[in-house]
Amino acid sequence: MRGYLPDCDIRVPDSLAAALDLLAREPGVWTPFAGGTDLMVVYNAGRLKATRFLDLSRLSELRGIQEDETSLAFGSLTTYTEIRECRAVHQHFPNLVKSARVTGALAIQNRGTLGGNIVNASPAADTPPSLLAYGAELELVSPRGLRRVAYDRFHLGYKRMDLAADELVARIILPKPTGRSFHYFRKVGTRQAQAIAKVSLAAHARIEDGHLAALWIGLGSVAPAPVRARNAEAALIGKPLAALPIEAAREALLGDMSPIDDIRASAHYRSVVTQNVLGHMLRDLAGA
Amino acid sequence: MIGASSNRKEGRAKVSGTACYTDDKFVPGAIHGVTVRSQVPRGILKGIHFDDGMPWSEFTIVTAADIPGKNCVASVVHDQPFLVGIGEEITHMEQPVVLLAHPDRHLAEKARNAVRLEVEELPAILDIQASLGLEQVIYGADNLLKEIRIQKGDPETVWDQAAHVIEGEYRTGAQEQMYLETNAMVAVVEQAAAETRVTVWGSLQCPYYVHTALKQLFGLPDDRVRVVAMEMGGAFGGKEDYPSVNGGHAALLAWKSGKPVKLVYDREEDLACTTKRHPSRTRLKTAFDAEGQLLAIAIDFVIDGGAYATMSPVVLSRGALHAAGVYRCPHVQVHARAVATNTPPPGAFRGFGAPQSLFAMERHMDVCARKLGLDPVGLRRKNFLRRGDTMATGQVIREDLDLGGLMDRALDEIGYRDKRAAFALTNEEDGPIKRGVGFSVFMHGCGFTGSGESYLASVAGVEGLADGSVSILAASTEMGQGKNTVFSQIVAEALKLPYEMVDVAEVDTDRVPNSGPTVASRSTMMVGRILEDAAIGFKQSLVQQGFLQEPYTADSFRAGVRQAVATLGSVKCYGQYHKPADIAWDDATYQGDAYPTYSWACYAAEVAVDLDIYEVKVEEFVTVQEVGRVVNPRLAGGQIEGGVAQGIGWGLWEEVTTQQGRMINNQMTNYIIPTSADLPRIKVVFLENAHPAGPGGAKGIGELPMDGPAPALLNALVDALGPLRLDEVPMTPDRLMDRCEEVSHG
Amino acid sequence: MADRITLTLKVNGEDRSLSVHPFARLLDVLREDLHLTGTKEGCGEGECGACTVLLNGQVVNSCLVPVVQVQGAEVITVEGLAQGENLSSLQAAFVTHNGAQCGFCTPGMLIAATDLLNRCPNPTDGEIRDGLAGNLCRCTGYSKILDAVHSAADGVAR
Ligand SMILES: Cc1cc2nc3c(=O)[nH]c(=O)nc-3n(C[C@H](O)[C@H](O)[C@H](O)COP(=O)(O)OP(=O)(O)OC[C@H]3O[C@@H](n4cnc5c(N)ncnc54)[C@H](O)[C@@H]3O)c2cc1C
Ligand code: FES
Ligand code: FES
Repeated sequence: MRGYLPDCDIRVPDSLAAALDLLAREPGVWTPFAGGTDLMVVYNAGRLKATRFLDLSRLSELRGIQEDETSLAFGSLTTYTEIRECRAVHQHFPNLVKSARVTGALAIQNRGTLGGNIVNASPAADTPPSLLAYGAELELVSPRGLRRVAYDRFHLGYKRMDLAADELVARIILPKPTGRSFHYFRKVGTRQAQAIAKVSLAAHARIEDGHLAALWIGLGSVAPAPVRARNAEAALIGKPLAALPIEAAREALLGDMSPIDDIRASAHYRSVVTQNVLGHMLRDLAGA
Repeated sequence: MIGASSNRKEGRAKVSGTACYTDDKFVPGAIHGVTVRSQVPRGILKGIHFDDGMPWSEFTIVTAADIPGKNCVASVVHDQPFLVGIGEEITHMEQPVVLLAHPDRHLAEKARNAVRLEVEELPAILDIQASLGLEQVIYGADNLLKEIRIQKGDPETVWDQAAHVIEGEYRTGAQEQMYLETNAMVAVVEQAAAETRVTVWGSLQCPYYVHTALKQLFGLPDDRVRVVAMEMGGAFGGKEDYPSVNGGHAALLAWKSGKPVKLVYDREEDLACTTKRHPSRTRLKTAFDAEGQLLAIAIDFVIDGGAYATMSPVVLSRGALHAAGVYRCPHVQVHARAVATNTPPPGAFRGFGAPQSLFAMERHMDVCARKLGLDPVGLRRKNFLRRGDTMATGQVIREDLDLGGLMDRALDEIGYRDKRAAFALTNEEDGPIKRGVGFSVFMHGCGFTGSGESYLASVAGVEGLADGSVSILAASTEMGQGKNTVFSQIVAEALKLPYEMVDVAEVDTDRVPNSGPTVASRSTMMVGRILEDAAIGFKQSLVQQGFLQEPYTADSFRAGVRQAVATLGSVKCYGQYHKPADIAWDDATYQGDAYPTYSWACYAAEVAVDLDIYEVKVEEFVTVQEVGRVVNPRLAGGQIEGGVAQGIGWGLWEEVTTQQGRMINNQMTNYIIPTSADLPRIKVVFLENAHPAGPGGAKGIGELPMDGPAPALLNALVDALGPLRLDEVPMTPDRLMDRCEEVSHG
Repeated sequence: MADRITLTLKVNGEDRSLSVHPFARLLDVLREDLHLTGTKEGCGEGECGACTVLLNGQVVNSCLVPVVQVQGAEVITVEGLAQGENLSSLQAAFVTHNGAQCGFCTPGMLIAATDLLNRCPNPTDGEIRDGLAGNLCRCTGYSKILDAVHSAADGVAR
């Protein structure tokens, strides 16, 4: 254990207002701390710069999954286990359940939160591709009030986000799919469980009259942050399921990725395998 | 008793959480040690600087200049310093330079980064090729840590006349043992009346190795050094030689501070600094006649030994002795070299050189079969060793050996023929999933190589306790393999007592004799045999001295022992290794009986490859082995299953990625060992063929299962995907994709 | 920098109260302050599962939990599985089936398996593999662990 404990401090506000107050009074000083499954790893390795933490875990305002007619709203403290156990999520957002199920293993799923996964902003994170594929919106809260941003505009670059120092992610809102829809999620990890993604792809489509009326594709591990595959989407939208331009879509996908070599996989592997996974998804879709 | 699946002796303590591992030992007043390391691959140490802002006066600081005895880790070759001194050469990135200790472990950790080393860097050698090419001379005159030649007949006379000559080159990567418990030591040094007494408790496989190292480090006689093996959270060879280093470090800090010291590595440090399996490169040249009979083998086997010799000479030897595999061949030449590089020294890991050379041979046999137009089964069957054949060293096979039968059993178990036929059809279909089956046939020499056992002359004993029970005295350690249980079964059997009446004594060099290191699959067969003798001697002396009458019951035995202990104070009987008369070995020529006997096996694997993502799934894995009499089937099965899991990991996922010779994926998240979701059930079949050398006819099993999985898996991959250049492990998805592209791009 | 806090929690059924740094890892508090050394550190990065404990009935990696978050909580460690001298059926099954070799993964594995059987009393091989995937074992290849869990499940079912 290499973190230097004596330097550390953690505050436990008991209301959202108190938490926001502390954040606003000393901007950039207090690091939000949810399940700690990202922060503690870096701390234990002695590589965490932050030493002052703001424990969010007692903030009931950030908990729970609320359903209304058109959407599901996830408190940012929603854990993977809560996602796995929620019927409405299974019903409307099966990709998100799959993402949750392949995140780490059970002990991580019990502690890790959706908000933490988003703000940790790892390009390899597992829920962001699904959130992108479902057109998620984030509700951010600060002493200045609430604001909403579309999740596909939230990540600005490697670990850079549209999130001010005094803001917290409050809720993640997913509009319920309508009509006939198709869902696909695949993670290619370093092993079958307790694995970091080398490639991941989530897709959600609306099918009308045998055609692809709408399509959202989210990619992980192939860019500095989770990204939408807008080029591939454009190549496919409006096309009949019976004659999907698979080769053209694969080609277009290259324009959506900027993978790098790292310890887990080469850039070449990432780009070829993402194309193959897209191909796999489209074969599934054609059969849908 | 022998042949029963008795419960593990220490099982209850392990499931209750009371088993005491090194870091669990409560040591009041202990201070915490850390190690400052070089962080350059090669250079001359010019100075050590301590940054301001740290309360250095509160720290215990040890440098090379403090060392009371020899600054040199006792090993096969005495070349590695405990700490590099000023003006001396740094030879790898993780070389220990300064030791620090402080009562606050957080501060000790922080202080590690406040020591700066001034180093004049020198160009480094980082791999086998650069070392052989003598780009820099970093060790001796030629960068060779050890060179071995084995010669039988003369392959040079064969190449021109043979119908087929087939060559190949194979590589294997480093592998991390990844025992779940990292290296850990506790040390206490007492100094009274000008007498120094050093005690070390640790996670270590070989107490007497550490004992010898500490004696040399402090210049102390035998009786002033004590080493105690704590419960050990796995080792697999990784705690064979390294504990001499960190045991020495902990003791130095305890000696200098006068306080107890805990030195526990975290995972990152353990991965970066401690030993790994040696990377290897093997070139094979084989000649066959028109029918596929093997005529000649020439093997050029090279391993990367890192910066110091450590175990490399012995690892090289075992690799060389297994390199020609299980085949009869009139002309064999093995040229084996361990080369120096500026990397942290690799060391022992289950298999000890054999998995490397056997991988090459067993992959090569499949390559040859394809080139000869034979199937892998037929080619092997034609060439298997049998009773009466001679191996490369001239060792004659004296036991009944039916490798064909062993192979057939494994192939039947996995359904080889049916599956191959079925997969040949389904693999023609469009989908991304391709399936294949493959296998390997191999052996593992039991016990120490060559004259090792004679040189060790191991001693082990049996002692009667005051309560009438029997205690086993041996320095062999329990690392999970089941030594406590198996030894107890062997002694209980020899004494015809219930298993519960026998247990092992704590492994403490003050108490137990040197039964040799706990390595080389030797404990059951070698030490077990000595214990059998000691137990018989123990009983006879009780009878002779009138404490016991035969026949006896458990109760009368207990009463006899009680009475003997009450009368004599203590009753013990020791046994010692005796070289069997029919075994001969010459170290100078590498001729003779390399091992007293071998365990034999055929492993078969079924794989499914997903060509969309190049992921390999092991669908089924069958192991059939002949390991002599199996003392405890359940524990033995566990050894095989665990070894196979490590073998599968080495074959498919486990890669040590380095930069400047230093491991950079030194976290568990980035060094990929299998989880429960990654492995199939492993089928274990034992064919028993009792061997006279071991107790009740037992041979060794600990290392065998490491040898077979990697070649079996790669052979299965070729079966699934066609003739790719699968000449290297681990065959990671990235690498497999590259090899597939070689074919599709021509 | 932070003041120590008074931490009250229930460990293995016993109320405990102690003064600790709020950001100290639960793992260290269990091992060092409470001398419950059954819980092990194998990695300190959430990967190996050797430090697994039950926190309010859920498995967590105690190396990733700052103690301030367990204020008032209930923690169960391997030491809390047996009833006095009587091993739990899972513990007993680990002994008879050789589910523990070196034993270092065992405390975490037992906690994870206990949790699994609570949620899923009759698991398939696949469910066991999934439930224990966060607990790495380097010794067994997992087969004997699967055997032990199945046998404990059968015992429970009967
Ligand atoms: C062994 C292991 C395996 C893992 N496997 C996976 C995996 O397979 N896939 C995957 O995607 N991830 C994985 N992770 C990473 C991690 O578990 C997830 O990213 C998790 O969702 C993080 O949530 P948390 O609550 O624990 O985050 P924390 O560590 O508490 O916080 C993470 C970051 O988010 C910030 N933050 C948290 N909540 C908020 C908020 N409401 N508003 C603003 N900022 C906030 C924090 O300041 C911090 O920067 C793994 C981690 C471990 C240790
Ligand atoms: S020590 Fe906590 S998961 Fe490994
Ligand atoms: S028994 Fe050793 S790690 Fe599992």
